[in-house]
Amino acid sequence: MYTQALDTHGKEPLPAGAGSSAALAQRFQERIDVEEKIEPKSWMPDAYRQTLIRQISQHAHSEIVGMLPEGNWITRAPTLRRKAVLIAKVQDEGGHGMYLYSAAETLGIARAEMIEQLLSGAARYSSIFNYPTLTWADVGAIGWLVDGAAIMNQIPICRCSYGPYARAMVRICKEESFHQRQGFEIMLTLAQGSAAQRAMAQDALQRWWWPSIMMFGPSDADSKHTAQSMRWKIKRFSNDELRQKFIDITVPQAQFLGLTIPDPALRWDEAAQHYLIGPIDWNEFHAVLAGHGPCNHERLEARRAAHEAGRWVREAAAAHAAKERSRQPQAA
Amino acid sequence: MSSDWPLFEVFIRSRSGLEHKHVGSVHAADARMAIEHARDVYTRRQEGVSLWVVRSADIVASDPEEADALFEPARDKVYRHPTFYAIPEEVKNL
Amino acid sequence: MSAAGAAPQQPEASSRAAHFRYVLRLGDTSLVLGQRLGEWVGHAPALEEDLGLANLALDLIGQARLFLTYAGELEGRGRDEDALAFLRDAPEFTNLTLAEQPNGDFGHTVVRQWLIDCWQLEIYEALLASTDARLAAIAAKALKETRYHHRFSSGWLMRLGDGTDESHARVQRSLDSLWRFTSELFAPDDVDERMRAAGIAPALAEPSSRWSSRVDEDLAAATLVRPAAAPYPWHGRRGVHTEHLSHMLSEMQHLQRTYPGARW
Repeated sequence: MYTQALDTHGKEPLPAGAGSSAALAQRFQERIDVEEKIEPKSWMPDAYRQTLIRQISQHAHSEIVGMLPEGNWITRAPTLRRKAVLIAKVQDEGGHGMYLYSAAETLGIARAEMIEQLLSGAARYSSIFNYPTLTWADVGAIGWLVDGAAIMNQIPICRCSYGPYARAMVRICKEESFHQRQGFEIMLTLAQGSAAQRAMAQDALQRWWWPSIMMFGPSDADSKHTAQSMRWKIKRFSNDELRQKFIDITVPQAQFLGLTIPDPALRWDEAAQHYLIGPIDWNEFHAVLAGHGPCNHERLEARRAAHEAGRWVREAAAAHAAKERSRQPQAA
Repeated sequence: MSSDWPLFEVFIRSRSGLEHKHVGSVHAADARMAIEHARDVYTRRQEGVSLWVVRSADIVASDPEEADALFEPARDKVYRHPTFYAIPEEVKNL
Repeated sequence: MSAAGAAPQQPEASSRAAHFRYVLRLGDTSLVLGQRLGEWVGHAPALEEDLGLANLALDLIGQARLFLTYAGELEGRGRDEDALAFLRDAPEFTNLTLAEQPNGDFGHTVVRQWLIDCWQLEIYEALLASTDARLAAIAAKALKETRYHHRFSSGWLMRLGDGTDESHARVQRSLDSLWRFTSELFAPDDVDERMRAAGIAPALAEPSSRWSSRVDEDLAAATLVRPAAAPYPWHGRRGVHTEHLSHMLSEMQHLQRTYPGARW
């Protein structure tokens, strides 16, 4: 999972061609127009490179920070089967973070530098992970809604013009198909369970619905990078298109569960053949993004603590490798 | 002492009979660790039966600037392909 | 469980009870160690290590499920893996005392893991020859996993032991502090004896000496010093635990205890 509102917080990228020879830029755009993939050592406009570094690293950070809210329930998963599934899922998120860091590194930035940007607070990650997991039902809601929204966002990136990012996305989407299903299965079990369990499920939907809707980022009118990213085929659909698609498939699922979506304005529009939602509270979105969400502090602290506590381990391994090298007879 | 582990490229043989294919990279302090990391990161779903890891710094790649010089000359050697030759239809087993 | 004072059991029934306890012990050690490793996920020293520790945890929980399911069948009271994992109190848990020790730093976790990996390698290897075909089959699967676990833990033991001065000191300290729990690893009791007599479990003398040589070999590679023998007789396998286990269980069993009878 977990791209959201990516590429919305940096500087406006320069139009292709600025600062480099116009011929190269034109050739580059032609390759993209005919759906040719751009590979690491190919010539690319600096703005394309920077946009990708920012988007891929934000995406990677989101996966890594995304391990924390669900990881919060690993030790308390209610059955051994659920425990194994949850560990595997959180582990996959770590793996996806690594596929993405690996893709970003092909653009000439080191993972250590990206991690540094995350820990210093300079880099963004998906704001959805700044919400707390308060009950077991939150694990179900994250799988169902958050992974559902993420998959919706990610499938088009499988056709992204940058080869390593597209390939990482293909692998991620393939692996992620179980994430959403296990989340829905948890919700279904709770919805069919005791009154306390149904209340738990409803409460989780209550808290995760709007943040999930916001995962698609600002509405198109306010999203400044969409046009350029679409020309570069980094992005294929607009935020609002993807958001609508998510709403249309998710509302019937909530109805199947017998749960109520916390939006009194929600209605089916026969003419448009879409579910229409009430107004989104963008103030909340921007507040959480700016670091004022319920768990921004905890999430970054947890990452910093792991990084600091692990320093002596990483140093020891590097020191041991250096000793081993010095002990080996030098080859000619 | 730097604690940044070097980058290794990872190649997987998905099953016997197929060649190793590049899948991505891992960081590791040493070769043994690189194999373990490649296993944990890239083969969680039985993706492979064999792994190669090689330090990224040791890979020599062709320069895209030279792509024309390296690969274009092969383009007009159509006579290397069997379809270049017109053989009467009644002749079999060619 | 109430052996003292109870009427003498039928030999067949008591041997089945011993069989149950023997399998339960293996399952409890895997479960408790797997639960501890689960605490690491998301907090490891490097991202790759998050994945590595999660893989160990998944293997161990998988082993626990096989052992506990089988134990429940041997017991014949209708308890499944979850009833055994989530509805027993600490004195009914029969894991090795070593497995329940808190994670500490990464080096501490590595030492605990490595000591148990070395133990499981010998026990699972010996169980391949068990007259209990089902137990032998579980051991065969678990042995493959444990060989990888040992590769992981002994590799890290070496890097940390023969790394920096700081890492060497830390990991030697962990070894010194955890070593005392090894007195329990190969100390047979009546359950082990009965199972050995029935051909279900191995005699422990040979696995014990093989464990000892492997430990010495790995310690030498890691430039670490084997601590002196530990006299205190720990009895986690008989349900006598350190203070840590009940804390772990209160967290692990929270949902099952709070909502009795709920399906999850």
